[in-house]
Amino acid sequence: MNWTWFHKLASPPHAYRIAARLIPWFACPAGILIAAGLYGGLVLAPADYQQGDGFRIVYVHAPSAWLSMQVYATMAAAAAVGLIWRIKLAHAVAAASAPIGASFTFLALVTGAVWGKPMWGTWWVWDARLTSELILLFLYAGVMALRASIEDRDRADRAAAVLAIVGVVNLPIIHYSVYWWNTLHQPATLTKLGKPSMAGDMLWPLLAMLLGFTLYYAAVLLVRLRGEILRRERDAAWLGTEVAR
Amino acid sequence: MAATSAFQAACHAYRRDLVLAFRHWGQVAQPLVFFVIVATLFPLALGPQLGELREIAGGALWVAALLASLLGVELLFRADHADGTLEQMLLCGQPLAVLVLAKGLAHWTVCGLPLVLLSPLVAAGLGAPTAANGTLVASLALGTGILSALGAIGSALTLGLRRGSLLLGLLVLPLAMPALIFGARAVDLAVHGDSARGPLLLLSAMLVLAMTLAPPAVAAALRISAE
Amino acid sequence: MNSFLAMGGYAAYVWPCFALTAVVLAWNILAARRSHAAARRVALRRAAARTGP
Repeated sequence: MNWTWFHKLASPPHAYRIAARLIPWFACPAGILIAAGLYGGLVLAPADYQQGDGFRIVYVHAPSAWLSMQVYATMAAAAAVGLIWRIKLAHAVAAASAPIGASFTFLALVTGAVWGKPMWGTWWVWDARLTSELILLFLYAGVMALRASIEDRDRADRAAAVLAIVGVVNLPIIHYSVYWWNTLHQPATLTKLGKPSMAGDMLWPLLAMLLGFTLYYAAVLLVRLRGEILRRERDAAWLGTEVAR
Repeated sequence: MAATSAFQAACHAYRRDLVLAFRHWGQVAQPLVFFVIVATLFPLALGPQLGELREIAGGALWVAALLASLLGVELLFRADHADGTLEQMLLCGQPLAVLVLAKGLAHWTVCGLPLVLLSPLVAAGLGAPTAANGTLVASLALGTGILSALGAIGSALTLGLRRGSLLLGLLVLPLAMPALIFGARAVDLAVHGDSARGPLLLLSAMLVLAMTLAPPAVAAALRISAE
Repeated sequence: MNSFLAMGGYAAYVWPCFALTAVVLAWNILAARRSHAAARRVALRRAAARTGP
């Protein structure tokens, strides 16, 4: 089997060029899906039996929470690839993913808290999922802070990679611990900040938003990735001609 | 002359760290004092009623132990990094993860164990009944082990960085939260006279996981940091 | 239209959430582009310095 296409992908100038061509292929479907999801969620979907129109926040909260975890997993996977096979491009993907993931974790936290206010009466509750998201935000902050504190880019990439992998191994433990901790102190009747059980009309906009957000992440990742490639290829010969295009 | 086995090298590393620690026992005592100071902050902040303090004793003790461990973990690699011993360890051909495990055990013996032994005294100050001491000591013995392992990872990653201590806290504390949840819960159960078997077993599982997975991670981090 | 904006009384919670989402989506795009542009400027400058005077 001819693996040239694979090896080419890992080559920075090739990746730089391909990323540029791929961006619209992710950005356009993302835009359409998000627009459709918003329309479906805000206008078409019927109000929830228990939560009224307040439940519509799920259409931004759930995709953000989903993305926050998906991006962390991607970042850790890229970090592992970078460490094991010493592929700089993988480190570039990890570096590019971190701020995106952190922003969505932040969004998930704030929308979750705001959603909780009319449902529970307070601006913040130590709900299992919100607490997990908060700890995830700390993990993102750690990876970004570590990378920023080390001047040598290579060392920074590899240290941040080790940390990301340690974090991803810890994530299931953290989720389980927080869930268990949360059930300890709550009366059983308290409603959880969950998705209300959804009928078709309510469900498809959510799926559209989920897919739309994922494609959006891919598009933004590719944009950031181009910058990260340039930073890591500081003195390479291909830069002059390629970048001036 | 026969080549040194990994086990012999590990024993040597363990003994060396103990000897060095005893030479500078003032440095080693600092986390211990910090533990007592932080524990003292709680009554000062919340009021002297032992009955009320008893309710938060588990949490307060564990938070204090967590912060003190964080302080202590800096001692693990700093001296060796400064005088070049770390490079020797990287080059000596012995499995680095084994040496790291030995150093970690030495560090726990010197920083974690005294804290564990002192804890019943501090717990009494927070209103905990003496009946809870068994669980307290067990939970902190397991917990300080977990914290040593996690702290070693953080310490290896931030080796030689400016303001590394601050960054260390940011990196390690989120990872330590599960241990905190179960450890504090164990002490809390004991203070109220209930069995803490569940949380203690979970802590044991976490410690086994930490002792198995942390040394290779620390070794990888040391290679990255020491180049 | 008014009942749509009112969101069954939950308007004060629903609309800020969607507004914040729009902000985060916009920020991601802008920050990514700014990051690439900055890296590009540096790369061009260095390439020029190499082939320089």
